[in-house]
Amino acid sequence: MNEDEIKKNIFQLLKKIAPDTEPSVLKPDENIRETLGIDSFDALQFIIALNEKLGIEIPEKDYGKTNTLSDLLSYIMNKIK
Amino acid sequence: MISIKKNIDHHLSNYDKVQSSFSWDEIAKELNELPDGKGLNIAHEAIDRHAQTHLKDTVALRFIRKDRSFQDLTYGELQKQTSKFANVLQKLGVKKGERVFSFAGRVPELYTTALGTLKYTAVFCPLFSVFGPDPVFQRLSRGDATVLVTTSLLFEKKIKPLLERLPSLRFIILTDASEHFSAQIMSFPKLMEQASAEFSIPETNPEDAALLHFTSGTTGMPKGVLHVHQAVLTHYATGKYVLDFHEGDRYWCTADPGWVTGTSYGIITPLLHGVTSIIDEEEFDAIRWYSILEEHKISIWYTAPTAIRRLMRLEIKPCEEYHLEDLRLILSVGEPLHAEAVIWGQENFGIPILDNWWQTETGGIMIANYPSMTVKPGSMGKPLPGVEIAIAEINDKELKFITEPNIQGHLVLKKGFPSLFRGYLHEEERYNKCFIGEWYLSGDLAKKDADGYFWFIGRADDIIKTSGHMVGPFEVESTLMRHPAVAEAAVIGKPDPIIGELVKAFVVLKSGIESNEEIRMDIMGFARKLMGPAVAPKEIEFVESIPKTRSGKILRRLLKARELGLPEGDISTLEQS
Repeated sequence: MNEDEIKKNIFQLLKKIAPDTEPSVLKPDENIRETLGIDSFDALQFIIALNEKLGIEIPEKDYGKTNTLSDLLSYIMNKIK
Repeated sequence: MISIKKNIDHHLSNYDKVQSSFSWDEIAKELNELPDGKGLNIAHEAIDRHAQTHLKDTVALRFIRKDRSFQDLTYGELQKQTSKFANVLQKLGVKKGERVFSFAGRVPELYTTALGTLKYTAVFCPLFSVFGPDPVFQRLSRGDATVLVTTSLLFEKKIKPLLERLPSLRFIILTDASEHFSAQIMSFPKLMEQASAEFSIPETNPEDAALLHFTSGTTGMPKGVLHVHQAVLTHYATGKYVLDFHEGDRYWCTADPGWVTGTSYGIITPLLHGVTSIIDEEEFDAIRWYSILEEHKISIWYTAPTAIRRLMRLEIKPCEEYHLEDLRLILSVGEPLHAEAVIWGQENFGIPILDNWWQTETGGIMIANYPSMTVKPGSMGKPLPGVEIAIAEINDKELKFITEPNIQGHLVLKKGFPSLFRGYLHEEERYNKCFIGEWYLSGDLAKKDADGYFWFIGRADDIIKTSGHMVGPFEVESTLMRHPAVAEAAVIGKPDPIIGELVKAFVVLKSGIESNEEIRMDIMGFARKLMGPAVAPKEIEFVESIPKTRSGKILRRLLKARELGLPEGDISTLEQS
């Protein structure tokens, strides 16, 4: 899976959790939670859904490394290498 | 690496002894009234009296910014800042008792606003910054807001479209604006810059209104719970006996001041005891939290079950990876803390997590596990000395006390303790319904065991407890009904392993509208936009009809029973649809 495909998945899952937002306009260094106005429960659901969709395991201790789109992407790319 | 401070002399070393000798008058003597017999003011007890002592240069509030840098405010500095804000209110012509609202994250200006408002003897009302425009409007209008302190971003996004509907809102003060926009929309720094740092607190009757907190009801819109300056006695007593504050403590309350815990215990109580209070501007992050405990040498940590359950998901052992030698007390509130979490605390920190119980209406902690007392994991603990609490049956507006142990009933509290609310703003009838004679009906069900420990059972009504916050189903249903495709809606709390309950909506669509994923997303987005993620449903299920009583009342309990696969109980009053 390449970066664009991962990004597409991220946007789809965020849109499902927060349909009132437009995730695709997220800038690479914007904090996802703050920009989209999602709470910590939404953020947790998003990571769990992402784990399932991509077949990876982002443990709770690493959640702080996934705050922005670019951090999240590089974390995932590193994980699926 | 953890070493529990064993030499602490607990303020409550023997529960029975303290309880039998306790008097509120004695507690009052430990506080200083206003000079010249001018009464009792929370801000004076929290700040000004310390600023005259050796505590003047002690850090009162430490704000940890999102980038982990921090800003300290000593008691001396806090006195000046809050006096300046009180002078700002004076300059604006705000009258005693008028309502000053805050709508912001955990930024220093919020704390200055809260305490400066109390000094001025206006009434402080905090709003949770994650609320959407609907809950914000309900609270600002029901609370007759005169002043609102908020950020430019929140103002543009959520307040501006409401202004025309809020005629009594005279001033909006923006924490991060460098210039005034108009005579109504002003800059916080500019106003503060021009204000004097000297302010003499006016005469304050202990019964003068001080705090307004909105809480949810089952049947109507949110209720404005009014507290008076005398509540400070409960704040002080619980800081002493439950939080066990000692000079030099560094304390971290993780609750947001948008909710009552974040005000009573995140602002007022630690200051009453002259300790240092740590405030993190960032939201929950497990690793960040552990490293804050370590870096800032927290000794007392007051948090919530939702956060504890998140921490329990981590595979790391905190005391093996972090230096937490200073941490001697962990407390939890918001919803019942399950026995396994109490034990997890013991195994991971070497100390049990101490659960306690109270409500917005009680103003302060009412039932607690005290540091010196044997903990029964899963129990709420015992009543605060000075507060009489019982289990009772309610029959035809009469109370029948249950004295036999382990029998479930309504948790009721006897009037007479200082922080019991004095009213629901503009809703006397609703207030009166909360009392039978001298007893306040909490709406919670509980039991008491033979040793005097209380055990929480559940709510007696349909109020939803999500992430420790109350959400009223009626408020959510009313917003859902405004969506053009929705014919009927009913909202329940669905049990969730992390946040206690999540808001779930059952929706009947108008005829001719197909139930599909697209319409579900549309309704969910609509609700989130208007209510914000803290209140809007996390789940929506389409149904053919909503069960109601013959008189048309939604049977939320039946929906919940169905959701949980439980027996549906007596449905003899169910409307046949």
